[in-house]
Amino acid sequence: MKLNRATPLLFVISALLSFSAKAELSIQITQGIDNPIPIAIVPFSWEGSGVLDEAIGDIVTADLQQVGEFRALSPSNMLAMPREEREVYYRDWSVLAQDYLLVGKVQRAPGSELIQVQYEFFDINREIKLAGEVLTGTTAQLRDIGHEISNVVFELVTGTRGAFTTQILYVVSEFVSPEESYFRLEKADYDGRRAQVLLESREPIMSPSWSPNGQDIAYVSFETDLPRIYTQNIATGQRRQITNYPNINSSPVWSPDGTKLAMVLSKDGSPDIYVQDLISNELIRITDHPAIDTEPAWSRDGRSLVFMSDRTGQPQIYQMEIGASTYDVERLTYDCFHCAKGQFLPDGVNLVHVRRETRQSPEYQISIMNVETLRVITLTSTKFDESPSVAPNGSMIMYATKYNGRGVLDAVSIDGRVKFRLPSSRGDVREPAWSPFLN
Amino acid sequence: MVNTKQFMRSVFVAMALMSLAACKSSSDAESDANASSAMGSMSSESTSSAAQANGAGTSGRLSAEQIQAENALRQTVFYFDFDIAEFRAVDRETLMYHARDLAANPSKRLRLEGHADERGTREYNLALGERRANSILNYLIVNGASRSQIEVVSYGEERPAMTGQSENAYNRNRRVEVVAR
Repeated sequence: MKLNRATPLLFVISALLSFSAKAELSIQITQGIDNPIPIAIVPFSWEGSGVLDEAIGDIVTADLQQVGEFRALSPSNMLAMPREEREVYYRDWSVLAQDYLLVGKVQRAPGSELIQVQYEFFDINREIKLAGEVLTGTTAQLRDIGHEISNVVFELVTGTRGAFTTQILYVVSEFVSPEESYFRLEKADYDGRRAQVLLESREPIMSPSWSPNGQDIAYVSFETDLPRIYTQNIATGQRRQITNYPNINSSPVWSPDGTKLAMVLSKDGSPDIYVQDLISNELIRITDHPAIDTEPAWSRDGRSLVFMSDRTGQPQIYQMEIGASTYDVERLTYDCFHCAKGQFLPDGVNLVHVRRETRQSPEYQISIMNVETLRVITLTSTKFDESPSVAPNGSMIMYATKYNGRGVLDAVSIDGRVKFRLPSSRGDVREPAWSPFLN
Repeated sequence: MVNTKQFMRSVFVAMALMSLAACKSSSDAESDANASSAMGSMSSESTSSAAQANGAGTSGRLSAEQIQAENALRQTVFYFDFDIAEFRAVDRETLMYHARDLAANPSKRLRLEGHADERGTREYNLALGERRANSILNYLIVNGASRSQIEVVSYGEERPAMTGQSENAYNRNRRVEVVAR
């Protein structure tokens, strides 16, 4: 039984901003878990002429192994290479102690340049087919199709929605001299592949942020010589300057309903948190304190903001209801020298943040604090970890760190057990922003 | 432009001296106040000797006070201690000359560019850079400059003077640069 699924998304993604960044990121798994789920992913057969640029089986294998829960059987150890259900014998896989099996084949769609990918997914222990369908797209969409199959497999096995078709934003800088640096805002698949340049500048670019529908982004650009907030539509490239207040304009973050931007402005003396309505342009002041207040992050219901303030002398994380008195501030962290860049996981209880424990320990690491039990788990063990961004399914956190003196992006599972790295071939990569679900 | 070149040269000398200092000093950054204050004084010394060399060629008739003022105005980079937003006491006199110069030349315009080292989060460092620039801004205004003569911008940790994770780099990156407009 084959499901013929309409896949409009796969057709849309194409050529809009197709000039690709020269330096692609590629994945390196740095830490896995002890008992991953054994899965056999048979290389998908290609039944057309010529050579395909992408192997679907490899894409799915990379996806599932990166997030740590799975271990894929090496094709060289397989006893058979089935392409579809009638060629599958469960015993071939149970004897190899596999729990799951994915098979498929790739064909040219009759009378067109499009590619059809048929896949089928089996539970070996229960000897049943769990899923099967045909996905159709251009050759340029083979990676999208592979990631979509990973989503299906991941959700069927773990019960959690897969985030393999999501994307990331990040900033790359190349330092030539104090007077000459190059900055790029890039967008790539969650695994760093297919990077595209969204903005290039000789002046700094900071704080990329996604709109909740994934169609627009906001960021800070110094292109006028001063930090100002811009939005940009990803599909059309159309930009809009949102702010031109004196002094710092920074940290734009979209409200969950997409109608407002929280931001930091120092027009009235010191940096404070503000919210600007994107339709009426009305500006509401949220905090009012002579210390530094910055790094706003919305609660999931859009009713409060988490932010960092050094009002006690060192950065700590606070929370405030929108519209509350500026005195009605709740302090969330106490037990660290420097706690910053706070944001809640979807459960609203666990606070992801950057933590430096003591003045004597100059390490900045990604941690999670349960604000009810006050239990803290530190997820990373490197020294310069910052800018955590949570995957939309809440399973992983991507962050910036240093490797061999260069900025790179790492990701860690929220239990800290699994890590992978996206090294870049040149420049300093930083400030990852993980997209919402895009389909 | 002259200012920029002068800055480059003095920083180069300061850097050479700093690396000597760094050899002797411990690797613990924040307690390394010796190295940082040494750098502050060395960069002003190197500017003054450069200025004297120039002055000798062009004019022998400057008063001691004029020479001192000229030297002070050639110092356009001011360094800060870790996590500290107030400029160093050793720079007070130099900044006084900058303030008097602005007061005496109302058409002069300056830009104060604040910077931080890379430790800590980027948004916080952007704010810290502004706080540092403001500490100099306020001092210049109190001593006679007009607010409208001075623009403040913070680059946070985005425009380092020197890359890398060394104490030397951190010390050079925590700075405010005075840029003529």
